[in-house]
Order: sequence, then C-alpha cells, then structure tokens
Amino acid sequence: MNLIAWGYFPARLAWRQLIFDRTKLIAAICGVLFACILVFMQLGFKDSLYASAASAPLKLNGDLFLMHKQSEAMWRPVNFKRSELMRTLGHPAVAEVSPLYLGLAPFKNIETQVKRTLMVYGFDPEAQLFNVEAIKNKRGELRLKDTVLFDESSRPEFGHIRPLLEAGKNVTEINDYKVAIRGLFQLGVSFAADGNVVTSDLNFMRIFPNRNAGDIDMGVIRLHPGTPIKQVQAELSSQLNEFVNIFTYDELLEYEKLYWANTAPIGFIFGFGTVMGLVVGLVIVYQILFTDIVNHRYEFATLKAMGYQHGYFIRLVFATAFFLAVLGFIPGCILSIGLYHLAESQMFMPMPMTFSKVITIFFFILSMCTIAGFLAIHKLKAANPADMF
Amino acid sequence: MSMLIDVRNLDFSFGSGELTLPVLKNVTISIHQGEIVLMTGPSGSGKTTFLTIVGGLRQAFNGSVKVLDQQLINSTEQVKVKVRQQIGFIFQQHNLLKSLTALQNVSMTLEMYNGSSERERLNQAAAMLEAVGLGDRLNYKPDQLSGGQRQRVSIARALVGQPKIVLADEPTASLDKQSGQEAVRILKQLAKESGTAILLVTHDYRILEIADRVVELEDGVIKD
Ligand SMILES: Nc1ncnc2c1ncn2[C@@H]1O[C@H](COP(=O)(O)OP(=O)(O)O)[C@@H](O)[C@H]1O
Ligand SMILES: [Mg+2]
Repeated sequence: MNLIAWGYFPARLAWRQLIFDRTKLIAAICGVLFACILVFMQLGFKDSLYASAASAPLKLNGDLFLMHKQSEAMWRPVNFKRSELMRTLGHPAVAEVSPLYLGLAPFKNIETQVKRTLMVYGFDPEAQLFNVEAIKNKRGELRLKDTVLFDESSRPEFGHIRPLLEAGKNVTEINDYKVAIRGLFQLGVSFAADGNVVTSDLNFMRIFPNRNAGDIDMGVIRLHPGTPIKQVQAELSSQLNEFVNIFTYDELLEYEKLYWANTAPIGFIFGFGTVMGLVVGLVIVYQILFTDIVNHRYEFATLKAMGYQHGYFIRLVFATAFFLAVLGFIPGCILSIGLYHLAESQMFMPMPMTFSKVITIFFFILSMCTIAGFLAIHKLKAANPADMF
Repeated sequence: MSMLIDVRNLDFSFGSGELTLPVLKNVTISIHQGEIVLMTGPSGSGKTTFLTIVGGLRQAFNGSVKVLDQQLINSTEQVKVKVRQQIGFIFQQHNLLKSLTALQNVSMTLEMYNGSSERERLNQAAAMLEAVGLGDRLNYKPDQLSGGQRQRVSIARALVGQPKIVLADEPTASLDKQSGQEAVRILKQLAKESGTAILLVTHDYRILEIADRVVELEDGVIKD
C-alpha cells in the first residue's frame, strides 16, 4: 500500500466524520481554543514579566556589579558599605566605580494628588550609569538640587507628565519631599515598580532622609577596556567580603529573571497555569476522541470485517486529533493576538507576539492532542468485528 | 468446479470450564464457486457463529475451516484479514457509515486495494449502485435513504470488490416483504453474473426459492 493510501484515506475519513456533526465539531474546537488562549496568555504574561524585570538592569552601563548576598532582586535590595565597593579600586584592572542607590517611594500625581509607589534610582550624574541618551543628556539638570527625571513609560496613574511639563507644571512630591521634574526618559515598568524616576545621589539622600551615602544598594564597576571580565571577577570575589555577590552584566540579568522565576512564585504560577491549560485541553480532547470512537465503534467494526486493519483506525484517531489541534489553534492564535494588544494597551506591559512563541504553542497544542490520541486509541478494541452480525 | 469454502468437523464453544457452551458440533459443509446456499434454523442454533468463523471474524480451534484455500483454524490475524478482504459481507443492520454518501460508502471497499485512481473507484462504485437500482441516489447519506435502499447500498458495497464469496446474515430481517425480496433478487442476479458464491443465513422462508441448496442447522448440528 502506498504512502498516500496509508495516511490520506484514514485522514479523509476522519475529516468527513468530523464535519458531519457540526455541533460536536464546534464544541471540540472550542475546547482546543480555550486551552490555546490559556497557554498563550500564561506564556505571554510570563515573558512580559521576565522582559520587564530585566528592563532596568538591561540599561545599566557597567562590567561588574556588586550586590548584597541577601538582595533577592534590584527592587528589594539590602544595603552594604560603600567602602566595600571602594576596595575594588585597588585592583589594577578597575577603571572606575560608582554606587547606585535604590528606593521605592510614593510619588504624588500632580493633577489628582493621589500617591503611588515608584522606583527611585540615585547616582552621581557624572557616572552615566544608564545607557539611556535622555538621561545622559540631562546630567547638567540632574545636578540641580531637588531635581528628578521621570520615566515616560510609567503607568498613566502617575499623571500625564509630558503635557504637564510643557505647561510648566513640574513640581510634585516624592516621599513627601518636594521635587521638580526636569526631563523625561524611557526605561519601562516592571512587576515590582509601576514607574521610575532617576535623580542624583545627593537628591536621593534628600528624598530619603533616613539613608546615608555610606550605605549603598548596588556597586557598578567599569574595567579598563580589553580586560578579561571573568578573570577580574574571580580575583575580586576572592578579595571581597563574603556577603557581597559580584555579577557580570549577563549574570545580573539572569539573577533578576531567576528571582521572578523562582524566589517570587510568579514564574511558577504562570508555568503552572500553562500546564493546567494543557491538562484541561488534554482532558477535553481525550473526551472528544473517546466518545467519537465509542459512537463509531459499529462503523469501525464493519470496516474491520471488510478487511481494514487496526493501524488504519489508529491513523484515523491521530488524524482527528491533528485536525482538532489545527482547527482550534488558528482561531485561538488570532484571538490571543487581540488579547495581547489589549494587554499592551490596557496594562502597559510588553506583550509581543513572536513567531517563535506561535510555533512553540502550536507544538504544545499538537502534543496535547497527540497525547489525547494515545490515551484514546485503547478504546478502539471496543470495535470487534465478530459482534457485527 | 472449485471449492471456495470447505468446512470439516468444526467444533466451537463459547466460554471455558464449567461455563462452556457448545455451539457448533462436528459441522461439515462445502460450497462451490457460484453456488447460493441458504442456511436456516431456529434462533440460537449457531448460524451467526458459523458465519463469523467462516468470514475470519472469529477464531475457532477445532476441525478444519478452509476458505479460499486458507486454513482459518488457529490462524494468524494476517491470514484472517486477507480472507476478509476477499469476502463481501452483508449484515442484518445495514451498517453503512453515517457520514458518507452512498457513493463514498461503496468506495470504501475499493480503497483497500492499490492501483485504482479516485476516479476509477468512484466510477466503479457508481456503476455498482446503478446495478442495484440506486443510480439516482449516489450522493445521498444513509439517513436520507429508506431501509430497503440502505440494504441495497450495502449489497453494492459487498459486491463492488468482486469477491468470490458473499456472506449475508439475515439481510432481509429488518425489511418489509417487498423490499426484502427485491434486495435478495438483485443479490442473486449480480452473484450469478459474476459467479460469486453466497452463504446466506435466514429464517425468512419467503426467500428460500433463490437458493441452489438449503441446509438446516439445529442446535449446532447440520440436519440432512
Ligand atoms: N459472544 C458470545 N458469547 C457467548 N455466547 C454467545 C455469543 N454469541 C452467541 N452466543 C450463544 O451462542 C449460541 C448461538 O448463537 P448464534 O450463533 O447467534 O445463533 P443464531 O444466529 O442461529 O441465532 C446462542 O446460545 C447464543 O446465546
Ligand atoms: Mg443470528
């Protein structure tokens, strides 16, 4: 028997049986579609979470980074002594170091006066800690007393800052301390902070009167060009106090990401949601395939009596599973694209629909339907040709 | 004339041990090419069981059952499948595939064999439906057809592969007198044209006249 007959005939019969009962077909497609949307949304939120978690460290301009070992992530740092960072200057490869101060503080909406928490980054304006042009260009303004720059990608609840600045209304309060906004930049929000401002180290101490310049949240180290970063990292870490971590740029990104993946249960929750979506879909598709076999058992037994072999029916079941996967995935994918846009416009989270995500999820759905097929084929034994007469 | 079915000393029972139910006892019968044999007998006498064994649908262990020169006693699934493919079956219930048209149902028999193109298969199936008087119902689904029409579709399905043997189990039982006789008349006519042997189980005495030979089974024993 040639290959076309091997696969095409059972697939064609599967298709004809599927479209014969439209109501059942629509119900089946809805089951797959449901699983599809669930998985798309869970994975979309997860990727968005990781992308936004890394938005701040992504723009940091340094080769090595010091953090307290108890700092689980940048948004909840534990202080350590500035002198720890200064000691690294003793290494010949280290060109310059600068401390970064981090703090969450309430920011007053200029129009509504409602306060909402955002992230405050404090550093020496000359150090140019962020690779963001708008911040670099404003280093003169940043040196002024009680001045901050505001992240335009912050959530809209903080107010429409750009038109306010253009209208000359730039004074607000952070941590009940009066500051003036003298510029905008774009960094991006994360699950930890709905907005960001940057300011000078001196202004940071004014906004947070309980903090002092000797206790820092992160140390940024720049090396002389051309030095092997890994080697310097190893040498420095042997000299440093054991309570500090020393990360390369990539390690810092990974550390931030892993916090959300592991320490915060959020990564787990989305992973769990994905698995649950697939399990629910699996059960639905299994149920559909199973009842389909039961309903067609006399027809299958008739075909067996005519000389059709067991493998034909196995291929038929898998073809049915494949059609359900494709028929459910296409509308599921289209609806998810709409939902991603909705999430981006309503929740201000980056939710890109990438081609690789579409392919990945299609294979998830296809595997889900295939496994359902494997579970259902045992029911084919119910089609016994001897019971046909 | 060559012998298509040759059964000797066939014993068969359902169950095992204390619950053994002997159904066929020392059955011996042979059927030649083109012969039409009717098997009658009271309900429960073992007719259906005999038919499923001869058709390669049920495994028997004692005696000898040669169908188309294949020994079916203690045979492999492969042998039974091969025999089934050369037999046309007609069931009491029509057992057509609900989602397929009459034409597609009849084509299912031909899809098992290589060689023919889709067009050839459909032409052949249409010609067969024409022959059973359903040339104007090719694209009807089973639930758009009457009981007699459905049974004629299943006769077409059984005959379209040009089998050497047709096995039929009470094909008229669910039909009224007229459509039953019509169906059997068509079956006989087509079988005679192609030299197909028919083993037909029935207790419908209205159709006995189509037979070349009638055998009676009672309590698993063939009566002379
Ligand atoms: N699958 C089975 N399992 C057990 N006993 C069966 C089975 N099929 C039929 N029988 C029994 O075998 C006997 C013969 O049945 P059957 O061949 O169907 O008779 P007939 O077709 O002549 O009415 C009956 O007593 C019936 O109860
Ligand atoms: Mg019977």
